Amino acid sequence: MKNEIEIPQQLSALREFTAARIAIGRTGNSIPLKQSMEFKLAHAHTRDAVYSTLDIDGLFTRLKVFGFPVLHLHSQAANRHKYLKRPDLGRLLDDDYKYQLNGNIAKPDIAIIIADGLSAEAVNGNAYSLLKILIPKLLDAKLTIGPICLVEQGRVAIGDDIASGLKARFSILLIGERPGLSAADSMGAYLTYNPQPGLTDESRNCISNIRKHGLSYKHAADKIFYLVSESFRRKLSGVGLKDNAGLLGES
Amino acid sequence: MYSFTVRNRVYRFKDLKTLLAKASPYRTGDVLAGVCAETYEERVAAQIALADVPLKNFLNEAVIPYEKDEVTRLIIDSHDVAAFGLISSFTVGEFRDWLLGDEIDSALLESITPGITPEMVAAVSKLMRNQDLITVAKKCEVITRFRNTIGLKGHFSTRLQPNHPTDDPKGIAASIVDGLLYGSGDACIGINPATDSPAAVLNLLNLIDTLRQQFDIPTQSCVLSHITTTLDLVNQGAPVDLCFQSIGGTEQTNTSFGVSLSLLDEAYDATLSLKRGIVGQNVMYFETGQGSSLSANAHHGADQQTCEVRAYAIARRYKPLLVNTVVGFIGPEYLYDGKQIIRAALEDHFCGKLLGLPMGVDVCYTNHAEADQDDMDNLLTLLGVAGCNFIMGIPGSDDIMLNYQSTSFHDALYLRKTLGLKPAPEFEQWLIKQGIINGEGDLQPVNSSHKLLSGIL
Repeated sequence: MKNEIEIPQQLSALREFTAARIAIGRTGNSIPLKQSMEFKLAHAHTRDAVYSTLDIDGLFTRLKVFGFPVLHLHSQAANRHKYLKRPDLGRLLDDDYKYQLNGNIAKPDIAIIIADGLSAEAVNGNAYSLLKILIPKLLDAKLTIGPICLVEQGRVAIGDDIASGLKARFSILLIGERPGLSAADSMGAYLTYNPQPGLTDESRNCISNIRKHGLSYKHAADKIFYLVSESFRRKLSGVGLKDNAGLLGES
Repeated sequence: MYSFTVRNRVYRFKDLKTLLAKASPYRTGDVLAGVCAETYEERVAAQIALADVPLKNFLNEAVIPYEKDEVTRLIIDSHDVAAFGLISSFTVGEFRDWLLGDEIDSALLESITPGITPEMVAAVSKLMRNQDLITVAKKCEVITRFRNTIGLKGHFSTRLQPNHPTDDPKGIAASIVDGLLYGSGDACIGINPATDSPAAVLNLLNLIDTLRQQFDIPTQSCVLSHITTTLDLVNQGAPVDLCFQSIGGTEQTNTSFGVSLSLLDEAYDATLSLKRGIVGQNVMYFETGQGSSLSANAHHGADQQTCEVRAYAIARRYKPLLVNTVVGFIGPEYLYDGKQIIRAALEDHFCGKLLGLPMGVDVCYTNHAEADQDDMDNLLTLLGVAGCNFIMGIPGSDDIMLNYQSTSFHDALYLRKTLGLKPAPEFEQWLIKQGIINGEGDLQPVNSSHKLLSGIL
C-alpha cells in the first residue's frame, strides 16, 4: 500500500519502548488504512489458526522416528463448532477411541500427549521440534515414555483422561494456545504429576509461548525437564512446585 | 410454580430462578449450564409468564437462598420499602411499560433505585428488546466524581489502558502519552499489572502519580491488582486513587475471586480515608462480566445474566466511580458471537444504570469468538446512543498483555465526533490547555515539541 500518514518523529520514537500499537497516526479520527489492514491481517491469522486442523499424517511420519507407538485419538467434541461451545466435551476422550489405550498400558513414567487446542497450527509447527530435544533428555534420565497420543478437538484436561488410562505417572501435554494478534502459533506445555480425571489447573505447571520466535525449543525443553525432575523428586506438580521455579532463571 | 399455555401445550416453570433462566435470550453460557430454554417457543412462553409475575414476588422468593448466600442477604436487607412504593403494585410486564413511558425521567428513576432488586431488573430486561434497553438506559444519568466529573449527559469518558506484558515502566508511559495525545484517560488511567506483587504494583502507582502531578492531569489512576494487594498498599500510604476489584453475583463466585463483603468494606473504608479525591470521593472501581459465576461453578442454577445483575447489588453498596462490564473477554462458551456479546453488553449497561451505577463497558472480544471489529463498531455506537459512561482506550485496540481486542483511542474519538459527546469537563479544559483539542473538541495535530513527548524520553 502506498498511503502513508505522517507521524512526528518524537511520537514514533516512543515505539522503541513497547510493542503496543502506539503512534499509528490518524486520518480524521480514524485509524490509517495501513494500520487498519495490518490489524485485520493479524486477526485473520488468529481466525485461521482457530480453525486449523492437526496434520495427522505429517505428525505420524515425524513422530514415529522416536520409536514409540503413535495413537490417534479424539475428544467428545465432534467438531470445532461443538468444541468452542462445549469446553466440557473437549476435556473427555471419546469412548470409541478408548480401546486404543487398552492395548498400550505400559505404565510408563511419562505420557506425551499432543492436542490441537485453539491452534492446531501451533502444534503442527512446534511439537516435533521440541520433542526432538526433550525426549533424549528424558531417556537419558532413565524415564520411560509411553505412546505419543495425538488428540483432535482436545482441551488441556483431556490429558488426565488419557494419561490415567495409560497408567502413566506423569503427563506432558503439548497444546495450541489461544491465538493472539502478535502470535497465532504459540504452543503451551502442561505438566501434571499423577494425572487423574477431575484435576484442575492448580495441579499443573504450564510453560507458555513455545514457538520459533518465542520461547526457544531448547529453553522450553530445559524448563520442562527441570520441572519433570522436580515433580518426580517432590511427588507433586502445580502451585506447590511453582515457588521454586525461579531457579530456572529468566527466559 | 409458574406456567403458560401455548396452543394447548402447558409450559411449567418450577420456580422464579427457572423462569428467569428460561426467559433469558439465547446465549451459549446458559446452554453450557443446562438452564437454557429448550425451544424458541418455551423461551417466549417463559417471557410471557414472567411478564405476569408481580414485582412483590421477588421480595419473597429468593433466586439463591438467603441462608446460603451473603449477596442475597445484602439484596434483601438493603431493600428500601419506601422507594419501592411507587412501583410495588406492578407486574414485571407493567414495570417494563412504565419504564418506557414518556413521563419517566432520570430523577424519577433515581428515586426508585433503592427499591428495586437485581432480580427485578434482570427480569424486566429479559422482556425488553435492544432498543428498549437503550431507551431506558439513556434516561438514567449516573454522575460520579473524584478528580473530575464522569457521567454527565452529553459527555463520554475513557479509561486509558496502557498495559505491557512485563510492566515495563517506559513501555507503559509511552502508551499513556500516546493515549493522552488522543484525548483518552478521563475515566482513569488504569493498568492491569502482569504480576500481582506489591512492589511491582507500587512502582506502577508511583509512575502514574508522578506523571499525573508533573502535567497536572485532572484524572485518577488505578492499578488493577487484587484488593488485598491494594489494601496493603493503602495501609502503607501508597498513592492509591481508586481501589479495584472483580466481583460476581454469588458469594461463592466472590470466594473464588478471594473477596467477600467484609473485605470490600475494609478496603472501601481504607481507600476513603486517603481523601485523595478533589471534586468527589467515589473511590471504587469494579469489574464484572456475564459467565463468571458459571466459570467458578458457583451459579446455583441461575442464568448468567441474573448472576451478573446480582453483582451490581454489591457494587452499589460502595458508591463506585466506575463499574465496567468486561463483556466479551470470557470467550465463546459464554457469549458465542457478536450478536450475543452486543445483547449482553446492552443488558449489563441497562441493568447497571437502572440500579444507579456508573456503567462503562469493555467493548471487546477474543480471537476464538465469532466476532470482529465490525461487531465492536456496532456495539460501540449503540452504547454511545445509550449514554454509556465510559469505554476502554487501548493503542490500536490491541491489548498486548491480556491478549484480547478492545476499543482504541480512535474509537472514542469516532464516537465523540459522531454523537457530539465531550470528555469529562475538567479533563476537557486540560486537553484544550495542552493544545490537544480545540474549543470545538477537535483533535489538533501533535506538536513535536509537546512537553508530554519530552517528559518521558
